[in-house]
Amino acid sequence: MATEDAKTPQRGPSPMSPGIPPTIDEQPTQPEWAVGQKPVPTDITKQATVPHATNTVASQADETITITSGQQGKPVIDVRHLAKTYVLGKTLVPALRDVTLKVYPGEFVVVLGPSGSGKSTFMNLIGCLDRPTSGEYWLMGRLVSKMSSDELANIRNRLIGFVFQGFNLLSRASALKNVELPMIYAGVPAREREIRARKALSLVGLGNRLHHKPSELSGGQQQRVAIARALVNGPAVLLADEPTGNLDSRTSVEIMAVLQELNEQGLTIVLVTHDLNVAAYGKRQVSFFDGRLVRDEVVTNRRIALDEWNKLHAQAEAQPAQIGGQQP
Amino acid sequence: MSRSTQPPVRRVNLQGTPRQGPPATVQQANGAARIQSSTATLTSPPQPSPLESLLQEMRQHTWQRGPLSMLGANFGSAVEALIANSMRSLLTALGIFIGVAAVIAALTLTQGTSAYVSQQVASLGDSVIVGPGTAQSNGVSQGSGTLSTLTLQDAEAIGQLPHVKAESPFIDTSAQVVYGSQNWNTTIEGVNTQVQSMQNWTVAQGSWFSANDAQFGTPVAVLGATVYHSLFDASGANPIGKQILIGSETFRVVGVLAPQGGGFTQDNVIFVPIRAAQIRLNNTNYVDQIQVQVDDPANVNQVAQEITVLLQQRHHIASGATNDFQVTTFTFILQRIGQTTAILTYLLVGIAAISLTVGGIGIMNIMLVSVTERTWEIGIRMAIGATRGDIRNQFLIEALVLCLVGGVIGLGLGLLVGMIVTHLANLPFVVTATSVALPFVVSASIAVIFGLYPAIRASRLDPIEAIRTEE
Repeated sequence: MATEDAKTPQRGPSPMSPGIPPTIDEQPTQPEWAVGQKPVPTDITKQATVPHATNTVASQADETITITSGQQGKPVIDVRHLAKTYVLGKTLVPALRDVTLKVYPGEFVVVLGPSGSGKSTFMNLIGCLDRPTSGEYWLMGRLVSKMSSDELANIRNRLIGFVFQGFNLLSRASALKNVELPMIYAGVPAREREIRARKALSLVGLGNRLHHKPSELSGGQQQRVAIARALVNGPAVLLADEPTGNLDSRTSVEIMAVLQELNEQGLTIVLVTHDLNVAAYGKRQVSFFDGRLVRDEVVTNRRIALDEWNKLHAQAEAQPAQIGGQQP
Repeated sequence: MSRSTQPPVRRVNLQGTPRQGPPATVQQANGAARIQSSTATLTSPPQPSPLESLLQEMRQHTWQRGPLSMLGANFGSAVEALIANSMRSLLTALGIFIGVAAVIAALTLTQGTSAYVSQQVASLGDSVIVGPGTAQSNGVSQGSGTLSTLTLQDAEAIGQLPHVKAESPFIDTSAQVVYGSQNWNTTIEGVNTQVQSMQNWTVAQGSWFSANDAQFGTPVAVLGATVYHSLFDASGANPIGKQILIGSETFRVVGVLAPQGGGFTQDNVIFVPIRAAQIRLNNTNYVDQIQVQVDDPANVNQVAQEITVLLQQRHHIASGATNDFQVTTFTFILQRIGQTTAILTYLLVGIAAISLTVGGIGIMNIMLVSVTERTWEIGIRMAIGATRGDIRNQFLIEALVLCLVGGVIGLGLGLLVGMIVTHLANLPFVVTATSVALPFVVSASIAVIFGLYPAIRASRLDPIEAIRTEE
């Protein structure tokens, strides 16, 4: 279970925090970074970065990840000193400050933080929906932080699968058509699209609801369609933004079970949430506060959604009056 | 059915297959997190998981995003979106539909009118008409054509002038015509043989009267189609060689003319040799007028000038004195008719253009509403890989489909209205390639002009903001 430690760092750098992320000092392994930092020498970034210089070295965090997750191979996501500053009128609002993180294949990373912590900004950057003010973002060995908006669209299409809080399915289209949508933008021919969409929907257990419109599906089923849509171009990483935010607790467990199962089968998942209970389903937990990555740890007491789900199921069967003879 | 808070998929297995097997334990490689799951048998270690093999399969992309495949997909989604809002689409297309219908109806009408005018131009544009002058009685004009001054010799002399292709003296009279029990009142034209070519007459039966007949004034007649039908349809007799009465004189029918059509009364005519008309019908040595055909409309004014000089000499008119004849050309009249038709066309097209602009603004308005309404959808599409170009094209194609549907229906209605009106006005119904192609060009241009701004606006949306908006 994640502890309340996430709340400790209040303002500025906090040397006491155990999982303090990497900082700005020049690393021999990342010479490009210094170049990337140059174009945005705002006061805010200076303020944010200078005190950090005294902090722990960046490689420590990398090392921690490698040890705790036990993953081999090249990182799927490699974020180096990422910063994002918004300009509101004449003031610069730093939404994300100097975040360095690596995510390896097969990981289930939960990005945790209260609202305003920068986790949504981080998610948008990881999802290639936005570009950082400074820093580098390597996705599958490609430097995406410097790409044009069309190139980013292509990256989102091929390498990233999105699952949103509000499902975000096209209400006019059937489940099948919704799942086909990313393949349209990938140029997959119509027949192949349908074959793949059917497979993806079967994978999430909706093989028998191909032609239902979103309005004819339950929330959990809609989120499964969204997951199938996210998978259909074979993404390198699945990005889930509060995927259970619109679901009741039982359905949340169900969807988390789907995500955990997909992860067990090898899918890299990054899940963004503010909910500590949801965060406990992940394998690794990174906490954001005030735009900084303040904690990076292995989830020790991990929740297993399928077990919980089976328990709920057993309870329901033990009290048949409550569910009123519902059939499977 | 009792109400339940349970989602209906409660029992659906993750794999979509029945759960099976005893509880198993999956351990993570480092042992840091132990996952105990009762159904974790779903993963069997040696083979790649179904997901991994599926993802591998889906990562294989041998296809390229072609512009055509995107066009097809965009077209599909555009039609889908338009049908989803069918009432609104219909009303929007109506604006274009009315505009295009107006353009087509206007075009058909003016084209019909100008076709009619050019028919007249073909017969009048190269002609010069010489009429008798105005009689003066004690300084008071007696009106045009009151003098009898033109003779057959004048006509022949005019025929000798350069650039004169054909000429014919004319005597117009009307008379009662009788064959058997049938009688008919018609116009009798005393002419020479050249009138057949001047007025483009085709002989249906028999022949035009000969030069000999013309010279000697033989009482022979060539019947217009209307006269022929009036006199001979009842008996069904072969008209050639039959004797008919014109007034009190007997004429032999030598030819029947093919109808010239056009709904005009020009087929209600009998042509007789000019001398026969002079001697037997009007008892005169003069002719009513001389019609001259010039080789080229450009020479009309020159020929008219030469005719004036020639007749002044022949009629011994002193310079400065009033001519006892009039030379008329149609150049000026035709110019005016052409100008009027052009002004009419501009007017109608202008009105239609205003109507199309209003329709186009309607398209723009609806597309802007549509973009605002579907910001959320645009956000999703961008998140899953649509480029800005894809979004722009999707909305452009939507506008295009809307306009073209309006354009095609408008073309149909416009042609129908044009057909009815030209029929009522007795004008030729002309459909040119232009009038069919125009609605497509016009409605496509309107779609692009008025659809581009909303489409670009859609494509410039920030995907992050767009996803956040509620549906």
